[in-house]
Order: sequence, then structure tokens, then C-alpha cells
Amino acid sequence: MLAYLIRRLFAVVVMLLVVTLTTFAIFFVIPKWAGADPALLFVGKQADPAAIEGIRQKLSLGDPVLVQFWHFVQGLFVGRDYASGTDVTHCPAPCFGYSFRTEQAVWPQLTDAMPVTLSLAAGACLLWLVGGITTGVVSALRRGTLWDRSAMTVALAGVSLPIYFTGLLSLAIFSYSLKWVNVDYKGLGDDPAMWFESLILPWITLAFLYAAMYARLTRATMLEIMGEDYIRTARAKGLRERVVIGRHAMRSTWTPVLTLLGLDLGALLGGAVLTETTYNLPGLGRLAVNAITEKDLPVILGVTLIAAVFIVIANLVVDLLYAVIDPRVRLG
Amino acid sequence: MTDLTKPSGQPGNGDLPATGTAAVGEVAAAGSPAPTAFLEVRDLHVHFPTDDGLVKSVDGLSFRLEKGKTLGIVGESGSGKSVTSLGIMGLHTAGQYGRRKARISGEIWLNGQELLGADPDEVRKLRGREMSMIFQDPLSALHPYYTIGRQIIEAYRVHHEVTKGVARKRAIELLDRVGIPQPDKRVDSYPHEFSGGMRQRAMIAMALVNNPELLIADEPTTALDVTVQAQILDLIRDLQKEFGSAVIIITHDLGVVAELADDLLVMYGGRCVERGPAEKVFYEPQHPYTWGLLGSMPRIDRDQTERLIPVKGSPPSLINVPSGCAFHPRCPYAEVPKDNITRTERPELTEAGGGGHFSACHMTQEERTRIWTEEIAPKL
Amino acid sequence: MKRLSRSRRIAGAAAVVGALLATAACGGGDSGDEGSGAGFNAAVKGVAAKSAKKGGTLKFINKQEFDSLDPQRQYYGFAWDFSRFYARQLISYTPKPGNAANELMPDLATSTGKITNGGKTYTYTLRDGITWEDGSPITSKDVKYGIERIWAKDVVSGGPGYLRQVLDPKGEYKGPYKDKSKDKLGLKAIETPNDKTVVFNLAKPNGDFEQMLAMPTGSPVKADKDTGAKYTNRPFSSGPYKVQSYTPGKSLSLVRNSNWKKASDPIRPALPDKVSVTFNSNLEAIDRLLIKGDYDVFLSATGMTPSGRNEALKQHKGNVDNITTSFVRYVDFTTKVKPFNNIHCRKAVIYGTDYKSLQTTRGGPQAGGDLATNMLPKSVKGADNYDPYGILKRGGKPDAAKAKDELKQCGKPGGFSTSIVARSDQPAEVEAAEALQASLKKVGIGLNVEPIQGSTSASITGSPSVMKKRGYGLSMTGWGPDFPTGQGFSQPLIDGRFIEQTGNYNVSETNNAEINQYFDDALKETDPNKAGAIYQKMNHKVSDLAVQMPFIYEKNISWRSSRLTNVFSSAAYNGRYDYSQLGVVK
Repeated sequence: MLAYLIRRLFAVVVMLLVVTLTTFAIFFVIPKWAGADPALLFVGKQADPAAIEGIRQKLSLGDPVLVQFWHFVQGLFVGRDYASGTDVTHCPAPCFGYSFRTEQAVWPQLTDAMPVTLSLAAGACLLWLVGGITTGVVSALRRGTLWDRSAMTVALAGVSLPIYFTGLLSLAIFSYSLKWVNVDYKGLGDDPAMWFESLILPWITLAFLYAAMYARLTRATMLEIMGEDYIRTARAKGLRERVVIGRHAMRSTWTPVLTLLGLDLGALLGGAVLTETTYNLPGLGRLAVNAITEKDLPVILGVTLIAAVFIVIANLVVDLLYAVIDPRVRLG
Repeated sequence: MTDLTKPSGQPGNGDLPATGTAAVGEVAAAGSPAPTAFLEVRDLHVHFPTDDGLVKSVDGLSFRLEKGKTLGIVGESGSGKSVTSLGIMGLHTAGQYGRRKARISGEIWLNGQELLGADPDEVRKLRGREMSMIFQDPLSALHPYYTIGRQIIEAYRVHHEVTKGVARKRAIELLDRVGIPQPDKRVDSYPHEFSGGMRQRAMIAMALVNNPELLIADEPTTALDVTVQAQILDLIRDLQKEFGSAVIIITHDLGVVAELADDLLVMYGGRCVERGPAEKVFYEPQHPYTWGLLGSMPRIDRDQTERLIPVKGSPPSLINVPSGCAFHPRCPYAEVPKDNITRTERPELTEAGGGGHFSACHMTQEERTRIWTEEIAPKL
Repeated sequence: MKRLSRSRRIAGAAAVVGALLATAACGGGDSGDEGSGAGFNAAVKGVAAKSAKKGGTLKFINKQEFDSLDPQRQYYGFAWDFSRFYARQLISYTPKPGNAANELMPDLATSTGKITNGGKTYTYTLRDGITWEDGSPITSKDVKYGIERIWAKDVVSGGPGYLRQVLDPKGEYKGPYKDKSKDKLGLKAIETPNDKTVVFNLAKPNGDFEQMLAMPTGSPVKADKDTGAKYTNRPFSSGPYKVQSYTPGKSLSLVRNSNWKKASDPIRPALPDKVSVTFNSNLEAIDRLLIKGDYDVFLSATGMTPSGRNEALKQHKGNVDNITTSFVRYVDFTTKVKPFNNIHCRKAVIYGTDYKSLQTTRGGPQAGGDLATNMLPKSVKGADNYDPYGILKRGGKPDAAKAKDELKQCGKPGGFSTSIVARSDQPAEVEAAEALQASLKKVGIGLNVEPIQGSTSASITGSPSVMKKRGYGLSMTGWGPDFPTGQGFSQPLIDGRFIEQTGNYNVSETNNAEINQYFDDALKETDPNKAGAIYQKMNHKVSDLAVQMPFIYEKNISWRSSRLTNVFSSAAYNGRYDYSQLGVVK
């Protein structure tokens, strides 16, 4: 087990390094081949060659790619300085560089945005798991009934309606028209009540999209499991139906749910982008969108790396959870 | 011989003359007073509505079983034998959700209590305690995510208010009894860590943990290696002696029940076509279908290449059951009785050869005896 | 080949929501209700809600972040407008409605520049009583140091470089951070004989020099308060407000600078006590919050969303202004790509184009803008209604007969095929290109729409060799002036000496001696009206050459909250309200 963990963690580090290199290449090397110099993005509308050259030097864009990458990795671990004459900017570790646009260090921006996205993701995840699984189980147990059909119709709507639509609609109804909830985000540490209130709609919006998928998955899995021999055995023991479902059937739905969850946690940033933009939440998703529209490479790179770390860790956790849930899975 | 009263509209073969045989034989008509037998099934019907029509899996089955005795129910897959056992256990109604529930009618008496009309929760309390079941494939019948011990403990604690520790001791004791080595260690193993035979032993331990009076074994050896099969059957026999339970063994293989059963019941298309004391059915079988089963029975003294005389054709549709004798499309002797009677009229179960031996065949007993002794038996 | 772009789907969803809201809000509502605002176009026709009342918080809302708060680094129009709250220049734009705003007036200086040495020397004297936010006086050295920062192109990047080009065209100075002199004032072109006097020595005359000086790049910076690249986070104020807090992407708040003296400032009334900017990532939400009254102005003033616009015009028309920007939407002909080397083929396109349908893709006459007849927007001196191709006369409809005739003269009676480049991140450009494709098809001109990434445009449309190699005959684009003169608007687009190998804006690659000469003549002219007359001739010549096909003078729907006072649309700020003039009722 420990050996497995060490091996996995090593793989994680290697993977992150590869992701870093790839991302770095995508943003700083490939555009060059296409003729889009990153320095050009930094310099603004009036690009005269001298200005571009100055920026190239300051950001050491003229160095060979591997040297640049080395500087970048070095910055991550020990920090680095950006200097031009008397103007020296020290970027402490972990240094993700400075935003091209705002001159803010990228790392604090990431750490500012992370709790927001984590709040959004954790709450929505809890909500969609509980909502989706409950709906799926009840639908499976009442297969073919009116409940089942309406729940599955709503689920279909949930899967197909874009966050922009559900988000704007709920914002319009619950915040603007009915004025039930305030959507001005506050940090959990600053104002827990406001934090909760401002996140209710985003949670529901994001969870609605995913809950639908989980409801459908749970329903299908449940229908399959209820036909398993071991469910019949459980009944043959004289267990109450509640126990048969709760202890025996539900236990087995976790494996496919977890598999999906592992994939979704990775793709979650996509949903977070739309939700955060719609609800104006200052999270990683919005940071990414802004950075992309502003072509703010260091920030894009930072968000990408954080997202990669998040995905890799989420996958590791999911793999470990597999072993916890299913005794047949042996780590090694 | 008593007067028969057929239940209205049910062309059942459940109502038969009493002969006083120990286990199988005289069964009272549905609606009659409570029987004295330990288990008595009267005119059982189990129908499933489907999109294609009504599947009549069991269509008027009756039999009885005394304590300490073993009944073998034999038939091809789809003959209704498993459906019957699940019907006794009340597992057709438990956990049936949605609109398509099984339709069950008739009577099942266990220890003087009628089960079909009883409160489902009462039946649930009997399951696992009074009657328990062993399934065909122990790997799929055991929950993969829980340890063997936990599953046995759970089975025990449903019916006994004891601590987990006490239940665990009981589980280890039972595992030891069914021949699992190092039971105090293996109790914490998961099903996938057991071999097939061990799993079935554990399954048996779980079934016996509450000292049930009725044990139903549904194809208990089919999924196992040949060598292990005999061990499991021996175990069941030993345990039956020890626990004094009534046992129903359901199988498609006459060989399994040859040594074990006191009585045999042969099912075809949801109905009983022949039943009686085991040695009678074996040595003087009265139905062409039983002959077929005997012919397809593997025997050690026969050459591998020509050992089987299979029953030709495939099992009947349970939605559109063939008219007359359901077996007639596959029966080599369908033309023996006159006037096409095998196609038009359903044969009743009638006593054949005495001693509680019944058969549902239009041929006269003389014809059957002649064909059996002259044509079939020599080839076996 | 219609693709349903993501943004269009989003717009669709938004429109549905907007419609639901509109009906929910007023149960059908009677149209034409003016609401509680000062009246439709009140801030276009004049000054809406004139008032000198002080106090309150002026609340801006915006989606886009500031490109920078550092005055030397700003290039976004709204940032220029906004920076007048905390940054002053020697001269600035007049706080008057409409085109009158383009007149320059003294701000830190006592008067506009004293021009000597054949238009090469500009001398300014600083006012008394002008102070920094720490109470210290603003000196000529601060002005020089601030302007010097533009030379530190790698640190103080992003802003316009006009002053650099006219004061040090050879790029000899390396900026204050690499300045070896002790006071860091090594730029030779600016002299500070005393604390009150600044002298600029131009390499050669440029009649628009003061326009360049009026941009935020001309703001003073106090050397010992200069934090280099990080100055953007906390610029040191010379105006009536100073930065209280700034979190990029979240909020900005300005409070009164107690050391600013009203008497020293002829421009800024400084009415509100506080100025705040809140950033919101959702344009729909921004419109809702404006209509709801939570905020006063949409800072970037790039127009409301279709659903917001709809509701605003239906139920709150009195809060709406239909402002005219200085933006022109147009198509460049690549004259080096066949067959557009032939003027008749260019004219065939102009005659074959359904201007009306292009206007519709941009949002129609109100949200999109008026049909354009020539390249110069009305805010630029020299603009007129020159319409050699009779676009207005035929109501923007195509003239198929003339188009066919031009095709014949071009030697392509059967028509021809070419490609048009449009930026895919500007969906309206792609839509306009598709509309053009549809209308040209009717006269036999096949058009292939080539969407390109906006970020790569510098290396595609900005590269004559790439345009030629790929055979891109047309380019869908738009342009707004950095400063409102013929030089500011037209020179990068049409002066042949501005053709660059990368980052080229003269996409048509027009190099016409007559046009080039007009620019030289106009630059020598220090009287804006005389220069305007020259630019008028230049503009007519551009139209006659048919190298560009303007189709829209852009207009926006702008929301003006009922709390706002002293509101007017300023041509100097691309039609935006002059933010420094705004006040609020409490």
C-alpha cells in the first residue's frame, strides 16, 4: 500500500512536470511558430521592435526554450527576479510569473480564486451526489411510474440545458425578480452566511447539470443491481427491503458513480467557468476566462497548472477510493 | 380416493387422489383446511405479465413434503422449478417494484401457516429462519463488497437479537461445520478470496445459520467442479441428518438427486408431469419426458461419445403453451394414443403403478410399461 | 455554411431569458414609457440633469478589467476617460457635449502650448496650486519624468508611443530605469528650465502634438513614487480622487484627494465623494443591475446586450442614450491581391454590397450604427457626407447593374472568387462577412469566409506577404482613432509609408503619393481647422480610390442611471460620457 502510494505520487510529480512542459510549450513556443510572439501580446497595440525586444529580454523570451522552461520551474520552487534597469520585481516562490495585464503576481491570484472554486465545486458536488443518487434510486425502485418518467424528463433537461440558460433564468427569477437571494460573493471566512447565500444559486445551477447525469446513471445501475443474485440472497435472508436497498444495493452503485465522479471532477473547471461567469464568482474559472480574453499567458499557464494538479489529485483520490469501496480492487 | 374439486377456471393438475405416501402424493385441493404435512403446495400458479403476453412459469403445481425428507424437483431450465422455489420463499413479491408484478395464486402451507395470503412482513420473518435457500452460483449470490463473516452475521442477527460478537462466534462455528479450514480467519475473507466449493460451503453455512426447518437448494452444484459437486451433496445430506430439516433440491440433472432424494417431482412447462418415490421414478418412470431426462443423464459406466440420448427439440413457450399435452411436440410417442388426443386434451396426473407414483400421460399404463421395458431401458 | 457559434447560442439563451423577464417585470408593459430618466438621448443632445451638487458615490460596473491604471500604460478608451479622476495632463479635452469635446484646453498648464521654432518647439507653464496627493507641488520635472516612462517599453508597456515617436524617433533614450543621469531626467527632447516650465523639442513639426500630449501618457509621475511595473496597482494621484483600494477583476474604489485644489483645476467639478468600479463577468447581469438601479454607468460603454437593450428601450427609454462612437466598421481591399489591383473590381464589390444587411448584423441603426459613406467618422475634423457611390441614395441596397458594369470594365464579366478574413472572436465580424458573402453572390462574386483568431491577426492581416500568399482579397475589420484628427484616425490605415511587414494596419497597402502628401501638409498645420480641410481632401481621395469599404459609423445603446447628473456624451472619449464630469443625486 505504501509502496503503491509512493509510486503513484512519483507518477503524479512526473505527470505534472509533463503538463507544465506541455502547457509552457503551448503558450510560449507554439505561438512563435505561428508567428504570434508572446512579447507581442505583452507590448500592447503599438508594437515597435525595440519595445518587443525589451520585453523579450525582461521575460527572457529570447533564451532557448529549455532555458526558459528551467527559469519557469526554478521560479516555481525558489522564486525569480524580473529586472529592467533599476526596475526590479522579485517574484517569490512559488512564482508563476506576473500577469501581463495587471502586473499582479499570478500565485496570489490563484490562491485567491481557489477557495471560491473549491466552495462552488464542493457544495455543488455534494448537492448533485445527494440529489442525483436519491432521484436515481427512487426512479429505479419506481420504474415506469409517473415519478420515474417526470424525474427522468427533468434529468434530460438538466443534461441538455446549458448553464448559461439555467443560470441566467434562476438569477433572473430568484435574485432579480423575487429578490430571495443575494448573489454577491463573500469569502467563507469573511461572512459565512453571505457566503452560503451567494452560493445557493450557483450550487444548484452547477449541481443541476451534473445531478441529472448521476440520476440517470444511478437509475440504470440500480436497475441492474436489483436484478443481481446477491440482492436475492439478501432478501432470502429475511432482510427488510430498506436494508436490502440501503446496505446491499446502494453499496454497489458507488463504483460507477465514483468512476463518473473521477471524470467529472476533472472536467469540473469547464462547468465552473460558465457558472462563475454567470454568477460573477471570482474563482479560477472566471480568472481563466478573463486571462484568455486578455491573452494573459502567465495567468492562463497558472490556471492550467492548478487545474492539472487538481485533476491529477482527484484521480489519485478516486483510485484510492476504489480500493476502499471494492475489496476486489488491490492497489499495487 | 376423494372427490376432486377443480378450482374454477384453472385446468390444474393439482387435485389428485390421496394415496397416503409419505412425502408426495395426496394433496388437498386449494381452499381445503390446513394440512398436516410440514410443507404443502396447492395449485400454485406463478404468472408474469410481459410485453409479449402472460408468461405462465408455474401453472397449477401441487406437492407436499414432510420434515426430514428430501424432495428433488427436476426439469429443464424454464420448466418452472426455480420459480416454484422462489414462490415458496416469497421472493416473487418481495422487492417487486413498478407495475409489472408477478401474479401468484394457490396456497403454500408451511408448518400450518399459509404463506401466499400472509402479511409479507410475516413471510419475511420466516425467510432465513424457517426456510432458507442455497443458490446456484455462490459467487454472484454473495455480495462482493462484504466479508463472508459479515454476510453470515447479518443473516443471523436479522432473526436473533444478539451482539455482533455472539453472531460472529456462531458464524465461525457454522463455517467450521461446513468444512472450511481456519474458520476464525476465513470469516473475514471476501467471497472472491474463496474457491468455488468453499464459497458454496459458506453459502450453506449462511443458509443454516438459523437452523431452518426447510432448506431449498437451487442447483447447488451446477456451477461447481465435478469433484466438488459430490462433496457438496454429501455435505447437504449430512447436514440434513444433523439438522433434521426438510430439503428441496432443484436440479436439471437427475444424477444429482439420485442418491439424495426421497421423492422426485418432474416438471415440464410449468407443470408436474411425474412424481413419486425416488426409486419408483427412477426404475419405473411413467412419462416419456422422464425417459428423456434419464437418457440424458451422464453415467460413469458409459462411453463418453455415445452417452446421451437427449430430449429432442427445445422447451415449450410459456406464453403459448402447446395445446393438449405440452410435451407432445417433442414426444416420440405422441401418436400412440388415439384420436389426436395428445394434441387436444391435457393429460391429468393419474396414479400409475401405485405407491404414490403419478404421471400425466395419455398413454395407457400398459403402453408405457411396454415402451419403457422394451425400448428405453435397454438403451440406458 | 451557416454555423451556429457559441456566442450566438448564448445570445439566444439570453434573449429568451430577457423576454421572460420583460414580461415578468411589467406584465406586458406599455411601450414608449420613458421611465424616470432624463429622457431618451438627453446626454446626446446636451447635458442631462445639469447639477453642481456634490456628494454620494458614483458607481461604475464593468465586465472588462482595466488594461492598466498606470496612465502611461493605458490604451483602452474607457481607461483614458476614467483616468481623468486621478491623473491630470498639461492639456486635456474640453468638458463639453459632442464634438466640442475635441477642443483642447489647458489642464496643468496655464494655457495651450506656445509653439515656436517652426512648429518644433512647444512651451508650457504650469499653474499654481497643482499638487500631488501628498500635498507636494507638481513640478515640470514630474511631467518630464512621467512622459519619460513611455520609453521604458519593457516595464511600462501597453500604452501608445506617439510621444516617443515625435520626440525621439531614433529611440536613443532608454527610459528612466536605465537612465544613467542622477535625476533620471536624461531625455534630451524635454527641457525643464525651472519647476514651472516644460519645453518639448520635436524632431519635426506635428500639428497633432498637443493631441498626443492630452492622452494619459502625458501625465506627470513623481519619481520617488514610481513603483515601476507595479505602479498600475496604485498610481499616485494628481487629480481630485485617489485610489483607496484596487483588486483587479473585482473592484476599484476612489476617494477624494484632500490635497487637490478645485481652484487649480479648470476641468473637473469633482462632484461625487466616492467613485467605485465593480467588475462582473456576466454582461446580462450587468444590464439587469443597471436597470435595477444598483449601478450608474457601464464603464466600457460598449453597448447593452440584446435582451437588456430591448427592455431598456421598451420600459426605460428615458434612461437610454443612443451614442455615436468614433468607430468605423469597414472592409479593406487588399490591392496587392488579384483582382483587387483593379479599381473596377473593387467598385464592383462596393456596388454589389447590401449595406443594409451588414448593418443588420451589427444590430441595426440604433445598436449597430448609421450607414457609412466614407471612412472619416464625424468626430474627426474634415469629415463630411461625401458619398461617391450613392450608398445613402439607394438606402444601402446593392446596385446590381452598376456592379455588373464594373465587373465588365474589370475584365471579369462572369464575376470572380476571393476570400474575406474575419476575426472569429468577434462573432459580429464573421456574421457581417457572411452577409457580404450572401449579397455578393447575387452579382457573381464568390466569397470564401476565412475566420481567424483575433490574437493572430497581427501576423495575418498585419502581414502583407501572408495576405498575398493566402490570397485574402478582403478583410473585415473596424477602427477607432487614438486621437480625433485625420492623422490619429487615418494615417496608420492609408499612408503608404506606414506599411509594415508585421503589425501592419494599412491592410489595403495603399501607397498613393497624393494621399501621403496630404498627411505631410496637414501635420505641418497647427490650426486644426486648416488641417481638417486637408484631411477632407485626403478622405475624398481614399473614397475615390475605392481601397476601403466603410459600412457603419458605430452607435451604441448606453444606459444612464436616474441618479446621474451632469451627463453628456463626449466625442473625445469615443461617445462615452465624460466621466470626470458626472455627479449623483443621493
